[in-house]
Amino acid sequence: MSNGLKKRIIPCLDVDQGRVVKGVKYVDHVDAGDPVEVAKRYDAQEADEITFLDITASHEERGILLDVVARTAESVFMPLCVGGGVRSLQDIRDLLNAGADKVSIMTAAIKNPDLVDEAAAKIGSANLVVAIDAKQVSGEGEPPRWEVFTHGGRHETGIDAIEWAAQVAERGAGEILLTSMDRDGTKSGYDLAMLRAVSDRITIPVIASGGGGSAADLATALDDGPAGGHCQAALAASIFHFKETTVGEVKAELLEAGIQVRPPAGR
Amino acid sequence: MPTIPPRIALVDYGAGNIRSVAKALERSDLEPVVTADPAVVRGADGVLLPGVGAFRDAVTALEEAGLADAIREVTSGGRPYLGICFGLQLLFEEGTEHGITPGLGQLGGRVTRFPEEDENGEPLLVPHIGWNEVRYEGDHPMVQSLPERDIYYFVHSYRPEPTDESIIAGRADYGGTFTAAVAKGNVFAIQFHPEKSQSAGKRLLDAYRAWLDQS
Repeated sequence: MSNGLKKRIIPCLDVDQGRVVKGVKYVDHVDAGDPVEVAKRYDAQEADEITFLDITASHEERGILLDVVARTAESVFMPLCVGGGVRSLQDIRDLLNAGADKVSIMTAAIKNPDLVDEAAAKIGSANLVVAIDAKQVSGEGEPPRWEVFTHGGRHETGIDAIEWAAQVAERGAGEILLTSMDRDGTKSGYDLAMLRAVSDRITIPVIASGGGGSAADLATALDDGPAGGHCQAALAASIFHFKETTVGEVKAELLEAGIQVRPPAGR
Repeated sequence: MPTIPPRIALVDYGAGNIRSVAKALERSDLEPVVTADPAVVRGADGVLLPGVGAFRDAVTALEEAGLADAIREVTSGGRPYLGICFGLQLLFEEGTEHGITPGLGQLGGRVTRFPEEDENGEPLLVPHIGWNEVRYEGDHPMVQSLPERDIYYFVHSYRPEPTDESIIAGRADYGGTFTAAVAKGNVFAIQFHPEKSQSAGKRLLDAYRAWLDQS
């Protein structure tokens, strides 16, 4: 076996005005705590990474996020990825300087795809994530097709999600964070057909997002077999935030299912 | 009696987030001194060069700040040097990111991109991002106080190819075996990020602390 790389489990925190929130399909948000405290809890559970998605609508409140990022980076010893409302190379630099290890861009890349090339050249591909929110647009019986959406699913772009992933990978993105908006917050399982279609098309890592409701769901998203999602990492929020389970418990189940993850602490 | 924490020159050449490294040093009872002053680098108990970013920009930044010569001096024999990621890569003769760029030339070999395919002809995902196991070898003081193997966080597309295999102190597997750590005298340098590697990262920085005490 020539590949010792472990698959990653990434708790995701939606952050609104400095607080962790979690909704179902982007609405009905419930308060889930202080981001720094939640991040420390996941660090103690040896999560492989953590992601903050800033869903604060107003650009003026950017300072709150930068402060949260700085305080988190000083409190945890694991990689921190931050996205949401990132509009420019300067925004990316500000987040990296505040302590983020990776920055995720979405709408700005759709408006100006050259930003991907520019950011990759300046900060390095390894630190640049492109987030894609996608919905299935094909009807029953048709070949499956997914399109890119923005603004929490309200704006359709008409862009094919697989082609868009291939394009940003070519332009220098280091990873794709692929969210199924049909599944987000539903805990009904990831959109495996979409994950597989994108993962098999590109040669950068894909992070599965949207719908993870159990360890079994994460296992399937990370599985490289014909029915799996072929992803390198899986993002999950609700199952961790409301203390339904821990990262360690999920990893123990993944190891039993034959998925190569970093063993939980103490094993 | 409490001992005084060794002062570590944490070399700041504008390549991103240095605060996490400083925090991790403090956790292992080391005193980080964030500096771009070559004199501070030359006078510290230990020198740590962290870094992410493009090879060429980083080499240029070090040369312009007058830090490249200080790093050459320290890594030619002096206080214990710990290189992280770019702090490993720049010691080699050249990097191949965006064209050939000369490194500091303290170690023989080049820094090259991971291949597009693994040895079975399957596409290899690049960057190499995530946790991978490092197997240590050799008799460097750092290696002697580390576990035989440990799992650390990596994030990179390029890796060193030393011409002298005897400097290899740790290997990991990704599209074949690659060099994850090198050791030569007072130089120990690693491709992964101890400051992001939770308890394994702390073990590595604790080993650095122990090495400093012996030196």
